[in-house]
Amino acid sequence: MKRSIFASLAAVFLAAPAFADDMKLAVTTSFHNSGLSDILLPALTEDTGIEVQLLVVGTGQALRLGEAGDVDAILVHSRAAEEAFVEAGYSTARREIMYNDFILVGPLADPAQAGQATSIRDALWAISGGTAPFVSRGDDSGTHKRELNLWDTAGMNPVNADWYRATGSGMGAALNTAAGMGAYILTDRASWLNFGNKDGLMVIFEGDEALFNQYAYLKVSPELHDHVQAMTAARLEAWLVSDRAAELIDGYEIDGQKLFTFNAVR
Amino acid sequence: MSDIWEGLRAAAWLLISFDADLWEITLRSLRVTLTALLIACVIAMPLGALLVLRRFWARRFVIALLNSLMGLPPVVVGLIVYLMLSRSGPFGVLNLLFTPTAMVIAQVIIITPLIASITHQALRELWSEYHDLLISLNTSIFQRVRTLLWDGRRTLLTAALAGFGRAIGEVGAIMVVGGNIDNATRVLTTAIALETGKGDFAMALGLGMVLIGLAVTVNLAIHWLTGTERAGRW
Repeated sequence: MKRSIFASLAAVFLAAPAFADDMKLAVTTSFHNSGLSDILLPALTEDTGIEVQLLVVGTGQALRLGEAGDVDAILVHSRAAEEAFVEAGYSTARREIMYNDFILVGPLADPAQAGQATSIRDALWAISGGTAPFVSRGDDSGTHKRELNLWDTAGMNPVNADWYRATGSGMGAALNTAAGMGAYILTDRASWLNFGNKDGLMVIFEGDEALFNQYAYLKVSPELHDHVQAMTAARLEAWLVSDRAAELIDGYEIDGQKLFTFNAVR
Repeated sequence: MSDIWEGLRAAAWLLISFDADLWEITLRSLRVTLTALLIACVIAMPLGALLVLRRFWARRFVIALLNSLMGLPPVVVGLIVYLMLSRSGPFGVLNLLFTPTAMVIAQVIIITPLIASITHQALRELWSEYHDLLISLNTSIFQRVRTLLWDGRRTLLTAALAGFGRAIGEVGAIMVVGGNIDNATRVLTTAIALETGKGDFAMALGLGMVLIGLAVTVNLAIHWLTGTERAGRW
C-alpha cells in the first residue's frame, strides 16, 4: 500500500509537460474577463496548430513583459503606451484588431444623478460632487489610463479627493470593491457583462464616443530578443485579421449583446 | 451567507463530477509544493541543526536573519525571482520563467527560512539534553547532526508541515513567476484569485474548499506514512 502511494507520487513528480508549437501572449484582464479568448484560442489551435499560453495581466505589466522579452506578443488597449512601445523599438508595428467600449457603472439609486448626463464629461462632473465614492483601478492598466484621461479631458484632477478611491487592483477586484462600497466605476462592457457579482450596481452612462476602446496586437521585436517566437507571433497576427477571426469576434455575444467590433485594416 | 452555501455546493459538484481541469490544477499544486517542500527540508533542516551545534561569529546574525525572513512577503520573493529569471535578467537563458520550476524556486525561498527557524528552535532543546553524551562519545559533527535530526524527527515533521501549509496556500509569488497560465502553471490558489476577480465567488469558494481538503489529506497522509500518533511510537 505504502509502496503504491510512493509510486503514484513519483508519477506525479515526473510528469513533465512538453510544448511544441506554442507561444506566450500577454493580454489584459479586461480582454480575458470578456470570455472571448475562450472562443478564439480553440479555433486558432484548430486552424493553425498554434498553442497560445495566455498571461493575464494589466496593460502596464504586459508592456513590461514585452520589453523584457518574456512574452512573444501582447494584446492591449492603451494607444499612447503602445505607440511609445513601438517608438522604443520593442515592437515593429502596432496592429489594430477590434474595439469595444467603456461604460460607467454605479449604484442603482444613482445618488449623483450621473445617469441624466448627456456626455461622459457631464457624468464625471456630477460624480465629482462627492455624493458617492468613485473606485479607480489605480494599477496603470489600460482602463486606468483611459479613466485618468477622461478626468483630464473633463478638466478635473480628482486623485486626491476623499471620494476618489484608487484600489490598485484588476478589473474584477475593482468591480467587487465598487459593489461593496456602492461606488461609481469605469469599466469595459465585456468585463461588466461577464461579471458575476452585480449586486446593487447598474450601467449609469454609456455610448459617448470618448468611451471607444481599441485593442491592438503587438509582436515583440526579435531585434532585441532573438529568442522570441517571431514566426509563430506573425502567424497569430495573420490569423487574428483573417475572415474566420472577424466572424468569431463580431459574432461573440453575451446576453444577446454584441461585445466587440472587428476593425483590423487588411 | 448564500454565497457560502453556493461555494459548498460548487465544491461538492466539482468533486462529484470528477472535473478534469480541477484534477489537473490540484495535482499541479501538489507537485509544485511537495517538490519545493522536499528541497527546502534538505536545505533547512541540516542548516537548523548546524546553527545549534556550531558556534561561529555570525551565528546570532544568521538566526535573526532567518527569523526575520519568515515574514518575507511572498510577492516580494515573486518579484525578485521574476527579475532573476526574466529574459532580461541574469538567469534568463535558462528559460525558466512561467514554468512550474520557477514556482518551485519561489516557494523554496519562501519556506526555507520558516523550516530552518523551527528546526533550530526544536533542536536547541534537544541538544541541551544530548550535549554531554555526544561530546563524551567524541562524535563527529556529521554524526551529531544526524542524531539530532533523527531523534527530533517528530518536531521536524511539524516544521515540514508548517512549510507545506505556507507553500500550498501561497498566491502572491507564484502568480508573478508562474503567470497563472491555463494548462501550464495554473494552480489552486491562482485559480481562486482568478475566479474572485471574475466575481464568481461560488467557484472561488468551491476551489478554496478543495484546497482545504487537500491540505488536510496531505497532513493525515504524512502522519500515517511516518507512523506518528500511534501506540508505542512517537
